[in-house]
Amino acid sequence: MTEQIDKALAREYEAGFVSAVESETFEPGLDEDVIRRISEVKGEPEWMLEWRLKAFRVWQEMEEPEWAHLSYPKIDLQSVSYYSAPKSMKDKPKSLDEVDPELLRTYEKLGIPLIEQQMLAGVAVDAVFDSVSVVTTFREKLEEAGVIFCPISEAVHKYPDLIKKYIGSVVPTKDNYFAALNCAVFTDGSFVYIPKGTRCPMELSTYFRINEQNTGQFERTLIIADEGSHVSYLEGCTAPQRDENQLHAAVVELVAMDNAEIKYSTVQNWYPGDEDGKGGIYNFVTKRGICHTNAKISWTQVETGSAVTWKYPSCVLKGDNSVGEFYSVALTRGRQQADTGTKMIHIGKNTKSTIISKGISAGKSNNSYRGLVRMNPGAEGARNFTQCDSLLIGDQCGAHTFPYVESRNPSAIVEHEATTSKVSDDQMFLCRQRGVDPEKAVSMIVNGFCKEVFKELPMEFAVEAGKLLEISLEGSVG
Amino acid sequence: MSNENVLLSIKDLHASVEEKNILKGLNLDIKPGEVHAIMGPNGAGKSTTGYVLSGRDGYEVDSGSATLDGQDLFDMDVEERARAGLFLAFQYPVEIPGVSNLEFLKVSVDSQREARGEEALTSAEFLKLAKEACKQVNLPVSFLKRGVNEGFSGGEKKRNEIMQMILLKPKLCILDETDSGLDIDAMQVVANGVNSQRDSERSFIVVTHYQRLLDYIKPDFVHVLADGKIVKSGDASLAKELEAQGYAWLQTEPTEDEIED
Repeated sequence: MTEQIDKALAREYEAGFVSAVESETFEPGLDEDVIRRISEVKGEPEWMLEWRLKAFRVWQEMEEPEWAHLSYPKIDLQSVSYYSAPKSMKDKPKSLDEVDPELLRTYEKLGIPLIEQQMLAGVAVDAVFDSVSVVTTFREKLEEAGVIFCPISEAVHKYPDLIKKYIGSVVPTKDNYFAALNCAVFTDGSFVYIPKGTRCPMELSTYFRINEQNTGQFERTLIIADEGSHVSYLEGCTAPQRDENQLHAAVVELVAMDNAEIKYSTVQNWYPGDEDGKGGIYNFVTKRGICHTNAKISWTQVETGSAVTWKYPSCVLKGDNSVGEFYSVALTRGRQQADTGTKMIHIGKNTKSTIISKGISAGKSNNSYRGLVRMNPGAEGARNFTQCDSLLIGDQCGAHTFPYVESRNPSAIVEHEATTSKVSDDQMFLCRQRGVDPEKAVSMIVNGFCKEVFKELPMEFAVEAGKLLEISLEGSVG
Repeated sequence: MSNENVLLSIKDLHASVEEKNILKGLNLDIKPGEVHAIMGPNGAGKSTTGYVLSGRDGYEVDSGSATLDGQDLFDMDVEERARAGLFLAFQYPVEIPGVSNLEFLKVSVDSQREARGEEALTSAEFLKLAKEACKQVNLPVSFLKRGVNEGFSGGEKKRNEIMQMILLKPKLCILDETDSGLDIDAMQVVANGVNSQRDSERSFIVVTHYQRLLDYIKPDFVHVLADGKIVKSGDASLAKELEAQGYAWLQTEPTEDEIED
């Protein structure tokens, strides 16, 4: 069985092509001057530059974290370029007609047509290519509902009060090494504001693409759901197949005001590197949301890509009765390594959190769940339920679970369940005896294993996620 | 004997599990529409016969041949044998959590239809067939939505196997101790399901330790398997005889430590 798994995992990465787009790219290297140039290129106000520089100084004092169950060579941050933008983006295209057709083709090839008529009805897309946002669709329609959906670089100019108030409010600059770096050098990303009592009329989605060589992508997303509002947001990502490792260090901040609800879904398909672990994206991401009274934040992630994943979408349940959820499927194969999970910080009374994590390991990969549930002294009546299931395919991979529980309130209840299982020979034999070929059998069994998470994804993307798993597992068992 | 009218032909089959010889010269011919019962003591090789024919990993063919409809079974992968019309109802059906019974059944039927160059059924067409099959084995339609065998009782699992058989319409069905762990009522339901599928084309191998199942599924032939080969064959009356006298008089050597339960 192992031999067939190995064979299977030598599959093609479908998003691995490079687009022939002429870009303006900074020389590799990182110092204050580079940060000033990023800020200048974006025409930022002085306060934004100051904020970046402050973060840079904080970052310089920090050390790269080593506690994760990951092993990779030290990243030389001086060999990374911190800004790259298609030349055609220099004179801000006013409409889709002015956008470089090669850029549109790139997204179309990835299955994300940006021409509004061709798009999935009801999904607005912000397309970020290397360091800049190239197109944001359906903006007018959203504006009618009072919803702001635009590149964060634009929001800095147009909505400085909101940005000043909320940027860094959920993930402070000094939170961690990668977050601090992002604060200093972030280039683009999406900004969302949903006004009071508004239900966002469409799914919002940002599609990140790294194209240029030796370029890091440092995007930043800020979503603010005002009182009683509701929004569902999806993020997708891919990168070309390159022999060098590329760095992706993003920060996502969510603010759910009283009675608001944010559903944030991710389908992460960064290039995972080849069979021998050459190339692939290093994905170091800080995602966190804050819930005020009666608010709810739900993270759903399907992680199939990246050579290294370091990511813990978290909820700070500050307001009473607020709810945090984390649903995750992480699939690793080849020599991929994932250390992912969540933090649920219960501060308010009667706060509730649910964690469902499904890790699937194949090949020679390593898949770790790391989660923290903290019940603060004031978290009267708080509850958490955690379920971590690991599925092993083959016998050379690893699955690890690192749950941390800190309870400082005796009335709080924390429940944890964990299982590890294998795609069993009996299951495979049953499927094959009924005429199903082995590849289809594995993907059916794995999809079944992930069902609880997939049902949390917006419908359009649940199908896509299932397919993505199917491609990722192509030929993985015989 | 002419091969033209033989569905399954097993010739001098020797097979082993973990380097232990289990089948030691098995011969059996089955014609379309016939029902053959294979009885015998524990460890005689009854279940092994089903696993060897269906191609389970770890069951090694040492020598001999087996053909289904003239095709060499041992030349085919597990799924190809299934698509050629071989069906094995398991003694201990396994659970596949999260995969709904309906999805599993549809994927199975679609795979077999595709292999035969037939068009896939629409979801609506298939659902109709699946609901009918549920009714035939007395399972509530809600079982289609549940995970494959997930949390099913022993009897429900066996009925689920028969439901799969009804939907897949195989040429040869091997029922591996389908009666084990069933009470009389459940056994009757299972037997009715099997009997409803009997016709002049479809053949059955009913592997059982006890005679009582054969009161409900009337076999054309009964074979006694002991120590890896058929030591006695006869009609249905042989089963009664075995019930009365046990297997001891047929055994050539003790088989307590053999592979089966």
